Formats: sequence, C-alpha cells, structure tokens
Amino acid sequence: MDLTLSLILQIFYVIANLALISLGLAIIFGMMRVINLAHGEFLMLGGYTVVVATNNGVNLWFAMLVLAPVVVGAIGVVVERLLIRWLYGRMIDTLLATWGLSLFFIGIITTIFGASTSTTISPPLGVVSIGEYTSSGYEMLLIGITAGLLVAVYLVLKYTALGLVARGTMQNPDMAAALGVSTSRIYMITFGLGAAISGFAGGLLAPVTGVLPTIGAIYIAKAFITVISGGASILAGTASASILLGGINGVVTFLTGPTLGEVALLAAAIILLRFMPTGITGRLFRKSQ
Amino acid sequence: MRRGEVVLETRSLSMHFGGVRAVDRVDFQLWENELRCLIGPNGAGKSTFFKCLTGQLVPTIGDVVIRDIHVAGREPHEVAGLGVGIKTQVPNVFDGLTTRENIWLSCRRWHGARRTDALTSETIERLQLGEFRSRQVGSLSHGQRQWVELGMVVAAQPWLVLLDEPAAGMTHEETDRTAELIREINEDAAMIVVEHDMNFIRRISKKVTLFHEGRILMEGTMDAISKDRRARDVYLGHRA
Amino acid sequence: MNGMFGQFRGTLFAALLALIFTIAAPSILEFFTIITLTQVIGLSILALSLALIWGYGGILCFGQTAFFGLGAYSYAIAAVNIGGSTGAMFIAVAVAAAFAAVLGYFAFYGKISDVYLAVITLTVSLIMYSLIRRTSGPEYKIGDALLGGFNGTGAPPLNVPGNAGAVLFPEHTFYVAMVALILLYVFCGWLVNTHFGRVCVSIRENEIRAELLGYDTRAYKLGIFTVGAAVAAIGGIFFCIGVTRVTPDVFSLGQASLTIIWVIVGGRGTLAGPVLAAFGLYYLTASLGTQQVVNTSLVLGIILIAFVLLAPRGVVPGIEKLATARRAGRRNRAKERRMRLRKPRGGISEDRHETG
Repeated sequence: MDLTLSLILQIFYVIANLALISLGLAIIFGMMRVINLAHGEFLMLGGYTVVVATNNGVNLWFAMLVLAPVVVGAIGVVVERLLIRWLYGRMIDTLLATWGLSLFFIGIITTIFGASTSTTISPPLGVVSIGEYTSSGYEMLLIGITAGLLVAVYLVLKYTALGLVARGTMQNPDMAAALGVSTSRIYMITFGLGAAISGFAGGLLAPVTGVLPTIGAIYIAKAFITVISGGASILAGTASASILLGGINGVVTFLTGPTLGEVALLAAAIILLRFMPTGITGRLFRKSQ
Repeated sequence: MRRGEVVLETRSLSMHFGGVRAVDRVDFQLWENELRCLIGPNGAGKSTFFKCLTGQLVPTIGDVVIRDIHVAGREPHEVAGLGVGIKTQVPNVFDGLTTRENIWLSCRRWHGARRTDALTSETIERLQLGEFRSRQVGSLSHGQRQWVELGMVVAAQPWLVLLDEPAAGMTHEETDRTAELIREINEDAAMIVVEHDMNFIRRISKKVTLFHEGRILMEGTMDAISKDRRARDVYLGHRA
Repeated sequence: MNGMFGQFRGTLFAALLALIFTIAAPSILEFFTIITLTQVIGLSILALSLALIWGYGGILCFGQTAFFGLGAYSYAIAAVNIGGSTGAMFIAVAVAAAFAAVLGYFAFYGKISDVYLAVITLTVSLIMYSLIRRTSGPEYKIGDALLGGFNGTGAPPLNVPGNAGAVLFPEHTFYVAMVALILLYVFCGWLVNTHFGRVCVSIRENEIRAELLGYDTRAYKLGIFTVGAAVAAIGGIFFCIGVTRVTPDVFSLGQASLTIIWVIVGGRGTLAGPVLAAFGLYYLTASLGTQQVVNTSLVLGIILIAFVLLAPRGVVPGIEKLATARRAGRRNRAKERRMRLRKPRGGISEDRHETG
C-alpha cells in the first residue's frame, strides 16, 4: 500500500516535471509555430538567476517565484525583438538561429560563472514520510505548483482579452492581422511569456538539479518530445503528452531504472508520431502545420 | 461522347471537413478518350473532388475507381503510378531546378536514361520551352511555370490526365496555346479539367459537369448548360 | 546558379586536389598534425553525410551525430570483440544504417514535418548521450568491451585486413582515412547525379510534385537518410580511431551543433563546402580552446546566428552566387543598353529575381 502510494506519487512527479519543463516551449510553439532551441538555456538562465540571487542574500522563494520569471521573461522579449522577429515565416532559419542563441547563452554564462558552479541550493521543505517510504516535500510542492500553473495558463487563455487574441492568432495569423490585431506585438508578448515560464521552471528546478551552463541539454530532449507529441494545442497537448510519456517514463524507470526510462519515453514518442504525425492534439486542428 | 469503357469512376464519393460536406455523395464517370470539364462557383467542391481523385485527400466515404483499381485512400504516387498525369492548381514545379531537369524527372519515372533524354528534348520542343531550357523554373513567369508543369504532365505520356485550372493566371496568348495543347493531349488520353474560365472551357470542352454545393448539379454540353436556368442562377448568385 | 544537380566533373577535380594533398601531407606537415588530421577527417566525413541528406535530400537531421556516435561505439565494441578492425568497420556501418532505417521508417512513413524530424533526430542523439553516460561500471559491457560510461571506451587502431597483429602506423591510418574521405566524397557526388539522387533533390524542391509524378517520396527519403547514416558512421569510425577512444561526447549537443554549423557555413547544396568548413572550424575551435578569454560556444553561437541572418546560403554557394550575379549583371546591363536603344523611355522592371 505504502509502496503503491509512493510509486503513484513518483509517477505524478515525473509527469509534473515534464509538464513544467515543457510548458514554456509549448506556449511559444503553439502560438508562433516556433520551436525554440534555446529553451533549455532559458531554463538554465532561470536556475542561475535563483542561484545568484540567493547567494546575494535574496530570499529563496522570492528569487524562485518572482525574480527568475521576470529576468528570463525580459531576456525573452529582448531576444524576440533583436532576433526572432526577423525570421517569422522562416521556420527552419528560426530553429537554427535559436540554436545559435543556445550556444551563445552557454558561452556567456560559462565566461561569467565558469564551466561548473560550486554553489548549490538544497531543496527546502525537507522530507515527507509515507509509512516506511519517504518522499521529498519539495517534489510534492512542485506537483502542486505545476498543476496551479496549468490552471493559470488555462484561465489566461480562456478569460482574458490577451488570451482571446492569442487564440485567434494561433488559429489564423492572417485573420488576426486583418482584424487589426498587431501580430508582431502578440508574438513579442508570447515569446516573453514563454521565456518567463521557462525561467520560472528553471528556477524551481535549480534546487533539485543544481546549475551548470550546459544543464539545458538535460531538459530539452524531454521537453521537445513532450511538445511535439502533444501537438499544437498548448494546454491539452502539454497535459496529455506529459501524462502519457511521463507515465511511461515513470513506470519503466520504476521497473528498470532511469537509463531505460528515457529511452522508453523516446521510443513511445516516435511510435506515436508514426500514427499521429502532428501530435496527439494535431487532429483537432484542420491544419496545424 | 465517344463510346468505350469507363476509365474513372467515383461511387458516392464524400469528403467532410468537420460539419462541412465539401463533396457530397458524388457519382461520376469518365469514359475512354473523353475530355470532361468540371465547373462550378467557388466552394462548389470541385477542387476537393479533384484532390480525392489524385490521392491528396482521403475521402470520408465512397470510392474512386481508376480502371478497376480502387484508389481511394491510396498515396498520390500510387495514383500517378497508374499512368495518371496530374497538374495541381498552383504551379507545382521544382523551382530550384531548370526546365529541362523538371521535365526529365517526369520522363525518367517511366523510361530508361536514353529514352528519357530524347523524350525530354521532344517535349521541350513541342511546348516551345527551348528558350527556358536551362533557366531555373523559379525565375520564370507564372504562365511559363504553368507550361513547364504541363510539359511535365505531357512528358510522362499518361493515358489519363487530371488538370486543375491549367489556364489560371495566363495571358490571352498563353491561354490559346494551352487550349490547343489540351486538345492535343486529349488525342491520346482521357482528361478531366477543372476550370473557372468559361471562354476557355468553350474552346476545349465537349461535356461539362457542373458542381454546386458539393454535388453534381447537371451534366451536358457547354451550350446546354449555359442556356439552363438553374446553372445561371448558381453562377450569377455567386458571382454577383 | 546552374545545374542544381551538381557537376560531377567538379567533384572529380576537387577529389584530385584532395589526393594531391594526401600524398604531399606527410612531407609538409608535422607528425603530430597528421595524427590529429585523422580525427578531423572523421569529422569532415560527418559533415559530408549531413551535406548529402540536408543539402541535397532536404532532410533536416539535427542529430546526425546519433549515427556518427553509433558508428564509433559499434566499431570500438566490435573491434574489441572480434580482435580486428576490418569486420568491425562493416558491422559499425551496418548497425548505424539499420538504426537509421528503423528511425527513418517511423519518421518518413508517418510523414512528420521537417521541423519535427529535426527535433526528433536531435532528441535521439541527446538521449543516446545520456544513456551511454550512465553505463559506467563493470556490469555495462558488450562481450569483452566495457562501455565505460562518462569516460568512454578505447577504440582499437586499424590493422591490415586479415592480420590483426599488423597495426597500421599513424601516417598509414591517415592515408586510409583520407582515401575514405575522397572515395565517399566522389560517391556522394556521383549519387546526387544518379536518377535516385535527382529524385531526392526534386523532393527537397517540392515533395508534392515529386509524389504527383509517381515517385514514392517516403522511400526515397528513407533511402538517402540511411545512406547518410552509413556515411556518418564511417566518419565516426575514423574519428574514434584518430582519438583512440570513443566517449559519450560524440552524441553531445555540442557535437550536434558543430555538425549543423559546418553545413550552414559551408553551404547547403554543396558537398565540398561543409567538408572544408569542418576542417576550418576545427582549427578555429582548437585555437580558441587553448586560450581562456573567449568561450568556444560563444563564438560558435555568434557564427551560427550571423550566418542564418546574413548569409543563409553559406560560403561556397555564396561565392558561386556572387560569380553568377556578376555575370548576370553584365548580361543585364548589356540587355538594358539594347532596350534603351529600342525604347527610349524603357526601364527594366521585371528581370529575374533569384529565388532561394
């Protein structure tokens, strides 16, 4: 019984973790059809923001919940204005440019902070015990925060003017432009928002994973798979793909260890795309590509 | 209409997009050596119907039979592989390749290297494309690119030809030449031509099928259709 | 630019130059440089493989390193187990090609978009990276070969076929690697001019059109993808022989980035460009690596962004384009003069625009 509960909790955490690291990427992809290859570095920058801030005496919670998203969101807006907006409609060039950006960020951070960081933050909240098994209180908090984040994004998309316009732009950019909505502005806000959520995720994960200039590479494989498998719909896609792939990853990891867990996740995604080439939610759109 | 066998047939072919029935239970027959024009106002479903024939769309219900072979749901290359020449609505060519290379690729699908070279030259001559032989197709005008695509269709020596708006965006002179070419192609092949331009259709057609709201409204000669009250209503209603 | 099918004669000429270089190299270069060059040749074969499938096949494979690394690891493992290099090379190529065929089947027959393919292939390489890094410890071994996790595993040197005891000297290994590069280069140059290669190029230009001509584009893409993987695997073999080890870094994001950068810098639609770019950038990064001021990633990132924004065609096609543009410019000016003579107020408005 305790084992089952502990296992379920573990699988929940894997799912939440996938959703958390993918959501920022999914927002940018869903709205702009841009795969941001610098996504891992946005997460990394969020982590560094938290580490640097706490080292300078800033409260950990403030650094994670406020500073990381604000700083990385601002970086996202700058990136969009200086780089991405020149490449709209050129999907492959956008991919390549964001890849260049990824290397650029790794280079900058390595130059400033060195190739490894000595300081790590230990996860707050200690340990929760379930019978004879223990679970990290922080991991449980992350599950909660991820759920809250998904709900918040849903509410923004559904009930705010920004969300309405964004959904319109997502369905048909030309139509939105014809209605007088400035797609350029929407794209800027979207990219900034996606970056902010990535920064937020990176900040939250920094106590669990530590920070390194190249840590983005650890996240991106899973985040890419999740977003591509989910398809164009931001929330439904991220949630369904996280549950499916996170579930598979969690179970296989439990049975055979973490090595094969990721492989199973990848294999499941590749097989899935053979039959649903535009992802799980791709079919809901007449043309998602 | 010449006698012979049916070479292409659809059986209650339907294509639904969500709640929209773009093509609705269409039964259609094309006979050997026939030249049939599909007409209809915008949104009548003729382009969707066309794409179901070429394998670009998988019909929701119904079947397409080409010479006793069921092709609904097959890939476009399988349809083309039956010896069907297809030209889509927008000029669909290899922009980065030269005129000669474009036509060569079409021939080579069916013939060996030597025969292909001869056929390619022959086609270029026949369509008077010699001037653009070594030009990249992307740098040609719209009408010229349409011609290159027609050249690709002709070069494969198909026995059945499906053309979607072959004269779209062409100058008068080019349209004349296209009409002439279509009559020439029709000497060896059965044809379906989707077209908007009534004058163009008058010059090439024997029998016309009028689409309206996803269904066949009527079939007959162009003269008969243009005199028909219902056909005029359909057109004027949408044209106005 | 004329003849997108590439000119085979030019390929043979470039191959001849490379051959002359091969013969001359040991007498003009230092011994240490020759040893390093074997690694770089391995990398340049990787560049060649991506030049083939991306530049000609239009397949956006961001994880070509997966096949490169798979080739390297398969070679090392097979060579340790067999106790000789010749058979191991064939096994390595077969393993990488078979893996690519399976992966490509799912991708191409599922008709996923090129952006998805790019991301999936990259992901494959990254997951292999993290997978193989976790294999430290004595329990992870294939036959007699320890995988070695983070530290990698030793790659046996080349030997004379049929005589495992007769290990080649570094100069000879260099010759073999260079001849392999030249042969593969000529092979790729030949391939893109065959019927198969031309169909692949046409698919890059317009997949729907190729399909409507009756070509099964999925099969062609799978074919060139698999060939590309086999070529990349050969690159991996020579790379690990040059380094004498194979580590998980062959699968890393950094290596994947470099591969893309070679092709971007060298140019898509040329085979020689990416190969030369691999050599050039290797020496750039090697010299950057020895100093501490500027970080290599930083420089590579800036190079990549700059090329995408300013010179998306890359260096070699850029030079070609410049040459044709100058020729066309001369032609146009001559034409303009003629037009003016005929029509006093005439200007030229509609002359050709180069399309990318």
